[in-house]
Amino acid sequence: MATAVDPSQLDAQTQKEQWLGMYRRMMTIRLFEEQVNDLYTRALMPGLAHLYIGEEAVAVGICSALRSDDYITSTHRGHGHCLAKGARPDRMFAELLGKEAGYCKGKGGSMHIADPATGNLGANAIVGGSAGIATGAAFSAKRLGNGRVAVCFFGEGALGQGSLYEVMNMASLWKLPVIYVCENNMYNEYTHFSEVTAGDILERGKAFGIQAECVDGQDVRAVYAVATRLVARARNGEGPAFLLVNTYRYFGHHVGDVSRDYYRSKQEEQQWKTERDPVQILADWLIAQKLADRARLDQIQAEVKAEIDQAVQFATAAPYPAADKVQQDVYAGE
Amino acid sequence: MPENNGREITLGQAVREALAEELRRDPRVLVMGEDIAEAGHPFKVLTGLVDEFGPDRVLDTPISEAGFTGVAVGAAMTGLRPVVDIMFGDFVTLTMDQMVNQAAKVHYMSGGHWQVPMVMRTTLGATRRSAAQHSQSLHAWFCHVPGLKVVMPSTPYDAKGLLKTAIRDDNPVVFFEDKMMYRLKGPVPEHEYTIPFGVADIKRPGDDLTIVATSSMVQVALGAADLLEKAGISAEVIDPRTLWPLDEKTLIESAQKTSRVIVMDEGYGRYGVGAEIAALIQEGAFFYLEAPVKRMGAMHVPIPFSPPLEDATVPTEQTVFEAAKELCAKN
Repeated sequence: MATAVDPSQLDAQTQKEQWLGMYRRMMTIRLFEEQVNDLYTRALMPGLAHLYIGEEAVAVGICSALRSDDYITSTHRGHGHCLAKGARPDRMFAELLGKEAGYCKGKGGSMHIADPATGNLGANAIVGGSAGIATGAAFSAKRLGNGRVAVCFFGEGALGQGSLYEVMNMASLWKLPVIYVCENNMYNEYTHFSEVTAGDILERGKAFGIQAECVDGQDVRAVYAVATRLVARARNGEGPAFLLVNTYRYFGHHVGDVSRDYYRSKQEEQQWKTERDPVQILADWLIAQKLADRARLDQIQAEVKAEIDQAVQFATAAPYPAADKVQQDVYAGE
Repeated sequence: MPENNGREITLGQAVREALAEELRRDPRVLVMGEDIAEAGHPFKVLTGLVDEFGPDRVLDTPISEAGFTGVAVGAAMTGLRPVVDIMFGDFVTLTMDQMVNQAAKVHYMSGGHWQVPMVMRTTLGATRRSAAQHSQSLHAWFCHVPGLKVVMPSTPYDAKGLLKTAIRDDNPVVFFEDKMMYRLKGPVPEHEYTIPFGVADIKRPGDDLTIVATSSMVQVALGAADLLEKAGISAEVIDPRTLWPLDEKTLIESAQKTSRVIVMDEGYGRYGVGAEIAALIQEGAFFYLEAPVKRMGAMHVPIPFSPPLEDATVPTEQTVFEAAKELCAKN
């Protein structure tokens, strides 16, 4: 089982492989989501999807600090979390297309990917809806003494949900190994967060006596460093943490949200894409540190592209579930 | 049916005994809720449990019903078997997202990969002079949601056997206890037993009329049946015991036998459990029926405080007796 360690403790070769691995995972999310957008635009995907492009460094930086048996809960914008925690693109696409081979046999879809094998307790389409589940998983981990940590991913929109504070209170009281990761992509759907969020976000964690920190979500190395520290702390029984991650979503609230002028400017979007792109920031650093050259990074991109293309082909060709499966899995044990 | 070995305990004691036995049997089981440890719950149903099992397994929570119900969902998914205590059934409103959108759907949405083996215990029932926010019977809400099971014991024997089954079930189970019946005594054997879900119990056999009654209404139905016997009418009283799964066969067969049916349930009549069971009976026994199925439930008003007003909102032995006589009158 892979155990996350402080990169500065690793030898140069291992460090290099680790950063390149993160680059590959970020690229996987980027190309996966571009493909989702393409499938949706060509009307080949039912329903809709909420793209994670622009936020890749958050999921990858944090999940890289986790063991494979650690838990995560995710959100409606969850593809990145699931892939970063180890989900396979082919079964992800199959789920997005409603196919039997999908992670949830086609019963969950884009907003409900779940996978016990990678500790993914499930993406949740109720904003803030998984805060209880993640806290409960941390409760089990502590009670069973299995050393696991739970990460609760949520967007800054969930700061408006009262149940989040109810469970943060309990997590602090009971010193549970849970990390609340608030991904502030600045928009609660179509509303700038500052219009609906009073006070200081970090203070909300501090008010419960929870270790609260803030990090630049476009810099995967910074995210990974703080996550490694907070995860180790939680695993050592030192209690929960609240991590505010500042980031940006390049696309709309969902794939169909294409006219966004009324809530944010094209200039703002362009600025993030050109100056704060998480994939580019890591690429620049890798090249500057001579850990990779452009050709190596292009090669990784080509390999990921091939994997994504193959995954789409797999999912497209995969059969739908038979209609008589509709009543299966309502109750366990039946 | 319980063997009569002489031991009688209250419904509250039966609940506590079921919890204690399951806490002893399975280290994954824990009980969590407000004021349930040293305080033993305001109804004193849980008194003493914390002494045997300690505060880690009989856990006082903040007054955060949504929060600790959510924690229970996550704990159930990851290896524990929590029993959540919601002090009054009226407070289930605060837990609805966790129960309806999370607990009930996790198994299905994940394609059967995750399970939520948890129990929510709570109360129902009026006439305790507790007014509109401490007296409702909201169990029908949960019956409406696929993925949940709903249990409604009416005797100490049933309460113990059904609660043990609920704790061993791999699905979220909502377990309603009539707060007015905690002191009701009845025979409960000391040996281990469980009662399967989906099996109705004929509390009193009869030939002229079927009274299907749930939870708090079973004792009322039995009282009415005594009055009816004196009036020459033989009433069969059936308790479904679990509303989902529901023992449709036993209800329909009784309706076919007696040809007249009253359904009693303390939830609101409109869009309620009585309506569901009445529909089921007309689908299964229409050509056997001599009269329309009669529903009796809580009056469609917020439960009032003033005793004469509150008493008017729920069926009584006398109102059931009158309704039954009318139903059985020859045209």
